[in-house]
Amino acid sequence: MSHHLVAVDALRYVYPDGTPALDGVTFAIHHGESVALVGANGAGKSTLLLHLAGVLFPREGRVRVGDWPVTRETLPQVRRSLGIVFQDPDDQLFMPTVEEDVAFGPASLGLPPDEIEARVAAALARVGAEGLRRRPPHRLSGGEKRAVAIAAVLASSPDVLVMDEPSSNLDPAARRALIEQLRRFEHTKIVASHDLDLVLDVCERTIVLAGGRVAADGPTREVLDDAPLLARCRLERPLRLQACPRCGPGARPA
Amino acid sequence: MSDALVSPAVGGLLWAGAAGVAAWSARRVDADGDERKVPLMGVLGAFVFAAQMVNFAIPGTGSSGHLGGGLLLAALLGPEAAFLVLASVLGVQALFFADGGLLALGANAVNLGVPSAFVAYPLVFRRILGRSRTRGRVVAASVSAAIVGLALGAALVAVETAASGISSLPLRSFLAVLVPIHLAIGAIEGFVTAAVLLVLWRARPELADPAAPRRPVGRVALGVALAALLTGGALSALASSRPDGLEWSASRVAGAEPAAPAGGVHALVARVQAATALLPGYALPGGRDGARGTSLSGVVGALLTLGVALAGGAALRAFARRGRARMPR
Amino acid sequence: MNALDAALAHLGSLDELAARGTPMARIDARTKVVVTVAYVAVVASFGRHELTRLAPLALFPAAVAALGDVPLRPLLLRLAIASPFALGVAALEPLLDRAPAALVGGVAIPAGWIAFASILARYALSLGAALLLVATTGFDQVATALRRLGAPRALVVQLLFTWRYLFVLVGEAARMVRARELRAHGRPLRVGVAAQLVGVLLLRAMERAQRVHAAMVCRGFTGTFPPRGRTRLAAPDAAFAAGWLAFFAAARALDLPALLGAALFGGAR
Repeated sequence: MSHHLVAVDALRYVYPDGTPALDGVTFAIHHGESVALVGANGAGKSTLLLHLAGVLFPREGRVRVGDWPVTRETLPQVRRSLGIVFQDPDDQLFMPTVEEDVAFGPASLGLPPDEIEARVAAALARVGAEGLRRRPPHRLSGGEKRAVAIAAVLASSPDVLVMDEPSSNLDPAARRALIEQLRRFEHTKIVASHDLDLVLDVCERTIVLAGGRVAADGPTREVLDDAPLLARCRLERPLRLQACPRCGPGARPA
Repeated sequence: MSDALVSPAVGGLLWAGAAGVAAWSARRVDADGDERKVPLMGVLGAFVFAAQMVNFAIPGTGSSGHLGGGLLLAALLGPEAAFLVLASVLGVQALFFADGGLLALGANAVNLGVPSAFVAYPLVFRRILGRSRTRGRVVAASVSAAIVGLALGAALVAVETAASGISSLPLRSFLAVLVPIHLAIGAIEGFVTAAVLLVLWRARPELADPAAPRRPVGRVALGVALAALLTGGALSALASSRPDGLEWSASRVAGAEPAAPAGGVHALVARVQAATALLPGYALPGGRDGARGTSLSGVVGALLTLGVALAGGAALRAFARRGRARMPR
Repeated sequence: MNALDAALAHLGSLDELAARGTPMARIDARTKVVVTVAYVAVVASFGRHELTRLAPLALFPAAVAALGDVPLRPLLLRLAIASPFALGVAALEPLLDRAPAALVGGVAIPAGWIAFASILARYALSLGAALLLVATTGFDQVATALRRLGAPRALVVQLLFTWRYLFVLVGEAARMVRARELRAHGRPLRVGVAAQLVGVLLLRAMERAQRVHAAMVCRGFTGTFPPRGRTRLAAPDAAFAAGWLAFFAAARALDLPALLGAALFGGAR
């Protein structure tokens, strides 16, 4: 019985138009870990996440989620274990009302109506969106949409929660609320984000992706303090660390 | 077409037609088994809606135009899915923008959906385009197909309006005005459609042929038969012996009873008239049969020419079978 | 604010009207759809020269607007700008149909004017009823009602999806059109540029559709949607339907204004 919950092994992928996207990515994530995936635009973060959910399949290499290798045949099981929240909530909230959207996952699993209702109520409560039940998605604010999208994924009770740029387009209050929620989730989390301060707050481990490869993989504090590494990967230290007194006032990234 | 101008009989008939085509299309789309079509059709419906709001100035005239979208949808999705998408756009427009109305919705779906998706696209667009994606071919195919589709649709509107008997515009005049206008509108629609397709295909060449028809023959027959039926109806109305609107009103004022039926057509019409007395749309004041006679003879004539049309359709089907482009599957 | 922004605002406001808890909103969507369709059919069934008999039918939209707390001004505004085709054809009536048809206070009125007025009236009543249906019911409920009344599933799903993404795409289009306008320095939008705009919109739409599809399959979508909650018909629905349908039948079968006139003036006609 593997202790790894998500394992990626020598993953290579090329886009249909020929651009290489991922060039031998390997890592393993354990149960309960909270891992950040950071990297420049185009480094391959979103593509990697799509492989975890079985939306894309590798040219070479393997992906495992829980007990299952990710193949076309095992997709139903994979998708029960791993839930992914996409970057644009509008792509994700496709039902006419919030409660129907949150119910979509459990209903698709074939659960009985009272179980569905219980899951919907619990998921909405987790993200603080109970009052939005009957609203149509197009009338929600950015933060509300994000919260509902997360609830919609939580309702299927996945073991692993994957999120692509969760704090983008959120105002500071909504962003703070999101960070607090994420800290409270006991799921295994994989968060792709440019928001390095959120990463510091939420994830104890960070993987840096550059040019389709893993450039670093270690404790967040260490990885995000390595200014030269970050600069090579078109990143910077989180703002909080840049103002850190230990690194000298006004110290700028190398 | 508008609720203001349609009679319940004509509106109901076309609703039945639209519902039939929609049900058939829905079955074909479901049978397709491609679940990617569901979000694609939905998003494209929203796209067409949005695109129709982008009004551009038409050079040479003072007016503005916009993309209709029927042909574009057919090129992206295939005829059945395109019809459903167009129907959904029309539905939203009828409900939210009072565009046309609920009774005329079926007519609008038929007038705008059937000619472009089931006639112009398979018979004209695909035949001209073949496997080529060059700019010249795309433009030629789009413009020709759009003109055919829109002219056919315009003819349908004219026939339906005349058959409804609400407007006293004579069918001849109506056709003479509407059809030429739609030839011009069709040309513009064709150019815009071609330009949009070229933008799409340049950026995403892999999307170039998503909708190869599986059995084009059936569609060809359907489209040709429909076209024949409707033009047959129009022609028979033109051939009817109904006097012009003005002369008719004059005879009414004079208080004259309708002249004895001039011939076989009127006798036939009179009998059909009696049988259809229940249709509320034909209850004209004083029980005059002037305009009612015309609309009935138009429909009856259409039914009579349907037989000829279907025979012609079968002949054309054989011709099309030989001439259609070889597509995969 | 260009046409797209205005359209967006209109769509949103009509939908929001339906979300309030008015008496009309509580009637089952199926009932409202059926009664509205019957209404539209009855209005259309009057002949081109019947004007006075249409008058009692104005009661239905008036009552619905009242019960649904729908403001009339925006509605009338929307009707006024909606349909040049029908109004244009209507305007030809006085030219085509010049025979005198009625005498009012000694003045002969040509039949064409009556037909013109009749067409206008039918237009206002029918299209007004359609707008009121959405203003009191909400589009997604209308779509569900259609499904339960027998419309094909693929079509209803299509309606719901179109509705869902309407706001997103019209919003994108509005932003693009606005951005172009700000750099156009007064030049009108020409066909070529418009086609480019629309082409980019299309590209983005198709990419969005792919993302939506990914999101759907990641949550277990296999091609069909799970059935939605069911509401049951109740006494108010039955009363609403029965009452209005009876009224429509009466207005169709009898000449209510004439009866009213006779009752009031009790005399020869």
